Amino acid sequence: MTDIVSPLPGTFYHKPDPNSAPFKSAGDTVAVGDTIGLIEVMKTFIEVKAEAEGTFADYVAPDASPVSAGDVLAKMG
Amino acid sequence: MAFKVVKPGLSTTIQDLGRPGYFHLGIPEGGAMDRFAMRVANMLVGNDEAEAGLEAVFMGPELSFEDDTLVAVTGGEMPILVDGEPRESWTSFVVKAGQVLSFGFLKSGARIYIAFGGGIATPSALGSRSTYPIGALGGVEGRAIAAGDVIPVGKATDMTERSLDKALLAPVETPVSLRVLPDLYWHRLTPASQAQFFADEWTVAPEADRMGYRFRGGAPMEFVARDQPFGAGSDPSNIVDGCYSYGSIQVPGGQEPIVLHRDAVSGGGYFTLGAVISADMDLIGQLQPNTKVRFVEVTMEQALAARTARRERLDKIRAALG
Repeated sequence: MTDIVSPLPGTFYHKPDPNSAPFKSAGDTVAVGDTIGLIEVMKTFIEVKAEAEGTFADYVAPDASPVSAGDVLAKMG
Repeated sequence: MAFKVVKPGLSTTIQDLGRPGYFHLGIPEGGAMDRFAMRVANMLVGNDEAEAGLEAVFMGPELSFEDDTLVAVTGGEMPILVDGEPRESWTSFVVKAGQVLSFGFLKSGARIYIAFGGGIATPSALGSRSTYPIGALGGVEGRAIAAGDVIPVGKATDMTERSLDKALLAPVETPVSLRVLPDLYWHRLTPASQAQFFADEWTVAPEADRMGYRFRGGAPMEFVARDQPFGAGSDPSNIVDGCYSYGSIQVPGGQEPIVLHRDAVSGGGYFTLGAVISADMDLIGQLQPNTKVRFVEVTMEQALAARTARRERLDKIRAALG
C-alpha cells in the first residue's frame, strides 16, 4: 500500500466541483501526476497529484474535511 | 551572488520589515507576517534586521545556490534539507555552490523565513523589497517567486555560523490567545454580544492570508439598534467609511471576524470591534487553518506592557547573537 499524503494544511476535497464524481474510485488505475483531490487554502485550490503509479484503494480523509500537512489523504494498492 | 528557484512552493514571497509611510494612500505596510522570525533569521546570518529574505507559507521552496551562501531558517517548524541532509532551524549554516536547499512537510506554525548572508538584492520599491502582489509592488516583478527565477543576493560581510538558544523563544500556548484592545466602534455591539465574542472559541478559516485572518465558529454578533447614519450602508455592521489600523478586527455582517494583517486595505465601510495588539500580530502569521483561538480583552496599559516585553525579548536575542 502506498499512502498519498497532503503537502500542506487546508480543506481536502474528493471532487473537482460539488456536482462531479470523485477524481478516483476504488480499483481505478493511477498514473504518476494524476490528480486525486484538491486542497483549498488561502482562497486557492491546489491539485494533489500522485507521485507513484498503482491502483486506487480508497480515500482516507473524508470529503470536505480539514487536513494538516503530512496527513494521509488516500491509499493505493 | 545568487540562487535559482527550482520549485517555488505554494506562495513564496520576498519580504523585509515592510514599507511604512504610504498606508494613508492605500498602500499597505506589507513585510513579513512574522517580523520577529524575519528579524532573527537576519541576525543569524549577520545581516541588518531590515534585509530582505523569503517568506514561504505552508510549503517550502526548493532553491539551488550559485555561490557559497550563509543561510538561516526560522519561523514555523519544517524539516530543512541541504542536498537531502537535515539542518537545524534557528541556526545558520553554509550552503555550498551547487547545493540544493529544500524542505519537508510543515510540522507546526504556518510560515518559514529564509535569510541569506548579504540579503536579497532585488530592486527596492517605495523603500522596501517586500512583495505586495495585488499592487504588483516589490519582490520579483511584483509577484511571488516562480520556478526559473534567479534571485540576486548581496555580498555577505561574514560567514560565521550562529545558533539561537530556543529557550529565548516565546512559548506557544494552545488554544492560542490573541489579546484585543476594543476600539472606536465597540459600542455598536450589545453588552451580551461583547461578552460572547471573548467567551467563544474561534477557528482559523482556510481563507486566511496576508491581507487578513478570518475566524469562524463563534456566535453571530448582535448590534445596538440605530438608524444608519447618512453615508453608511444598510447592514448594521456598516459604518460611514473609517480608517483601519494594522490588527483591526472587522466583522462583515456580524458573522466572521477578520483580523487585518500586513497586506490589508487601509479603510472601508465595516465597523471594527477592536484591534489585536501589536505584540500578538507575529503569532497570527504562524496560525494554520483550523487552529483554535480565543480573543482576550486587554487594556492599553497591558498592551503597552506586552509590547515592551516583546522588545526586551528581541534585545536579549540581539545580545546573544551579537
